[in-house]
Amino acid sequence: MQQLEYLQNYWWLLVAVLGAALVFLLFVQGGQTMLLERMSDLRRSMMVNALGRKWELTFTTLVVFGGAFFASFPLFYSTSFGGAYWLWMLILFSFILQAVSYEFRSKSGNIFGTGTYDLFLFINGSVGCILLGVAVGMMFFGAQFEVTRTNLLDGASPVISRWASTHGLEAIADWRCLVLGVAVLFLARTQASLYFLSAIGGDRQFADSQRRSVLVNGAVFVVFFLLFLFLLLTADGVSADGVMKWTPNKYLWNFIDLWPVAILFLLGVVAVLWGVLGTALFARFKGGIWYSGIGTVMVVIALFCVAGYNSTAYYPSLIDVSSSLTIRNSSSSLFTLTVMSWVSVITPVVIAYIAYVWRKMDAGRITPREMEESSHKY
Amino acid sequence: MNDLMSVVDWSRAQFALTAMFHWVFVPLTLGLSVIVAIMETIYYRSRSQRWLAITKFWMSLFGINFAVGVATGIILEFEFGANWSNYSWFVGDIFGAPLAIEGLFAFFMESTFIAVMFFGWTKVSRRFHLAATWLTAIGASISALWILIANGWMQYPVGMKFDPAQMRNVMDNFWDVALSPVAIHKFFHAVFSGWALAGVFVIGVSCWFLYKKRNPEMARDSIKVGGWVGLAGMLLTMWSGDSSALDVARVQPMKLAAMEGLYDGSCGQEIVAFGILNPDKKPGDDKAPYLFDVSIPYGLSFLATHDPHAFVPGINDLIDGIEMTPAGDTVRTVSYAGRIELGRRAHEALRAFDAASARSDSAAMASAAAELEANYPYFGYGYLDSPQEAVPPVALTFYSFHIMVILGGYLLLFMLAAVWIACRRPQWLANRMVAWVGMLTIPVVYVCSQAGWVTAEVGRQPWIIQNIMPCKAAISDISAADVQLTFWMFAIVFTAFLAAEVGIMLKAVSKGSKKDYSSIKD
Repeated sequence: MQQLEYLQNYWWLLVAVLGAALVFLLFVQGGQTMLLERMSDLRRSMMVNALGRKWELTFTTLVVFGGAFFASFPLFYSTSFGGAYWLWMLILFSFILQAVSYEFRSKSGNIFGTGTYDLFLFINGSVGCILLGVAVGMMFFGAQFEVTRTNLLDGASPVISRWASTHGLEAIADWRCLVLGVAVLFLARTQASLYFLSAIGGDRQFADSQRRSVLVNGAVFVVFFLLFLFLLLTADGVSADGVMKWTPNKYLWNFIDLWPVAILFLLGVVAVLWGVLGTALFARFKGGIWYSGIGTVMVVIALFCVAGYNSTAYYPSLIDVSSSLTIRNSSSSLFTLTVMSWVSVITPVVIAYIAYVWRKMDAGRITPREMEESSHKY
Repeated sequence: MNDLMSVVDWSRAQFALTAMFHWVFVPLTLGLSVIVAIMETIYYRSRSQRWLAITKFWMSLFGINFAVGVATGIILEFEFGANWSNYSWFVGDIFGAPLAIEGLFAFFMESTFIAVMFFGWTKVSRRFHLAATWLTAIGASISALWILIANGWMQYPVGMKFDPAQMRNVMDNFWDVALSPVAIHKFFHAVFSGWALAGVFVIGVSCWFLYKKRNPEMARDSIKVGGWVGLAGMLLTMWSGDSSALDVARVQPMKLAAMEGLYDGSCGQEIVAFGILNPDKKPGDDKAPYLFDVSIPYGLSFLATHDPHAFVPGINDLIDGIEMTPAGDTVRTVSYAGRIELGRRAHEALRAFDAASARSDSAAMASAAAELEANYPYFGYGYLDSPQEAVPPVALTFYSFHIMVILGGYLLLFMLAAVWIACRRPQWLANRMVAWVGMLTIPVVYVCSQAGWVTAEVGRQPWIIQNIMPCKAAISDISAADVQLTFWMFAIVFTAFLAAEVGIMLKAVSKGSKKDYSSIKD
């Protein structure tokens, strides 16, 4: 039993790391929301090509995040995807638009024209970020579902996880979830500007405009993030100590009980702010994307920790509190978690080859000259 | 109940739509990645700039195709949760693992090295670039391996046991799941058919070059590479198809019976090479199964067991509980009516277990668990209302199977001819009729490829997990209207992107054909 709990904790941490990596990599989406702004075609082309060389990494991380959640916490996968149907479908639609837009946008014969594909990228960037934030928001503010396993034996209506008839649209209308969604969007836009500064060279004017963008988007992000933090720390959560029950300020108590997580969270916030302010205020400041990116990863991991650890339901049910999902009642079996844990040993190798390849590929910045000479560009 | 069936049918339709669109793009990715890697290897070894240009041309078509495959792939993964949420819980402990492993092992490999393929020509060494191209091809095949392990498991569930306390199945042997013969044969069949499809694609596009009298030398070289890969793919597809047929006969005999429209089996069973089904035929009646048929004596017995005299059961035999052993002998098992009864007993035992568990009655729990375990092989039948419900749509299965086989035979001849002409009679390539045949074979190979999947997936209905869970017990708690709306949204978006892809491909092919490859100095 102890080993099962250990593995459940381990897999929640892995899911947290993947989720954190995904939030960081959403800078691709953030950058896409800037493509419709007024600018020269060459500059837009440089931005698209800088993002285009990373979009598959974000996409892949999303798919692996989903796969890891399915393998380790199948009851969440079953309940959330089948229940919040419209929320997830809208997210998926936005990602379908992204997957083809990079490859098709500048190709002749693409039927719909470059502008349409740029609009698709904008939709994916804005809708994707906000709705992913809303989906994560339900992990703190609750969702409209109940789980009754014995339904499986009801031939006329055998579904075990049932959701309110709005199927996820109610979460989009929940302003607390939307606050997190907007915060994610502006974090992504901030990091997109930081990324452009590191990936695109040879255009001083562009660099100056991106520094301003970091400051403006960073400021909006901070406002919404602080509002989310206030809502989080004052929100009720579900304790899963024996009996499930709503507990006032559960997440605040989790930060206090799990003090190393609180330190991780604070360090992450400081790193993000340093990356943003350093870039915006000091023209010679380098590596803002790394400070901000690592900070983002630390903050998101900390948020997952307070959502799932310390006997907390990471998916509280607003209809039937006893249906709330915890990392104990929604996980895979000991055998599967063990197998998957052995599989996860490969992760450092995967990270190593990705880092090695991108170190080679990112050796030089994208420049106007490269755009004019490149044989394959988006 | 009507709404339940409507949700089931629309969910099926949505999954079929997504899977079929996905399978338009994936086989070309699987095969063309290998062809491009071989071409780049030729360039690497010869340092020929002409081969570099040829490689880049086919690589550009690979890139156009790859994107839509990625888009449709993500939908499939999430549709398991969105449309089949009960399934996701009931077997998520087993089924989720291959999907996660696919992501970790294959997707990152593909997404990392494909960027090197397209943007790394001037950033990495020639050797590193070649390695990246091969790793992209390998990554695509690894991805196919894990997704087909998952699919194979649905058709032949192994390496698991039912846990009544959690009311779900849990994995108890990973290697049984990963190395299931059904999964491995399906993997080879799917990947090699991708090679064949890509081979036809390369030959067909090259034939267009020849038809337009542009770059005949480049077209001939492309036909050689595409033809050899396609021929190898076709032969290996047939070999793995034979293994898959043995599997189907062994673990999904009802699917085999539907593939052949066979209602009453016999020893030394003939196979219908071509036929038209009687649309009025129903299980259990006396009507003739075919309006017209051309059959090969002993063919089905040989296909199913490699013994021309073996017994092959038909739909009526299976409903009555008559099957065959792996050795091809007749054996009486439980009739489908009996299975429904035993399945319901399993359901009752699970209810009893749950009730006993609630009152902490260990003795009653043990008794119910024993009853459940004894009847669990028929658990899925407990959801069925009649034995006929366990029969898949015969016409769709029969016709798709026969289309696949007939077109597969044609493709083998086509590939042999293409290789022979390109290597021995290159002057024939100037013949416009030859070029037309090459071009028109492109739609043929796609129809063949799609027909294969329709056979595999329609033929296993009504099961989402063979004998354990029918589709109607696997769905999500959503309305038919919700699924209809997303179905049409997907249909419109996928069709629009398919049209865009075809448009881009045609332009890219046209542009590529106008480049003068013969003037490129080595």
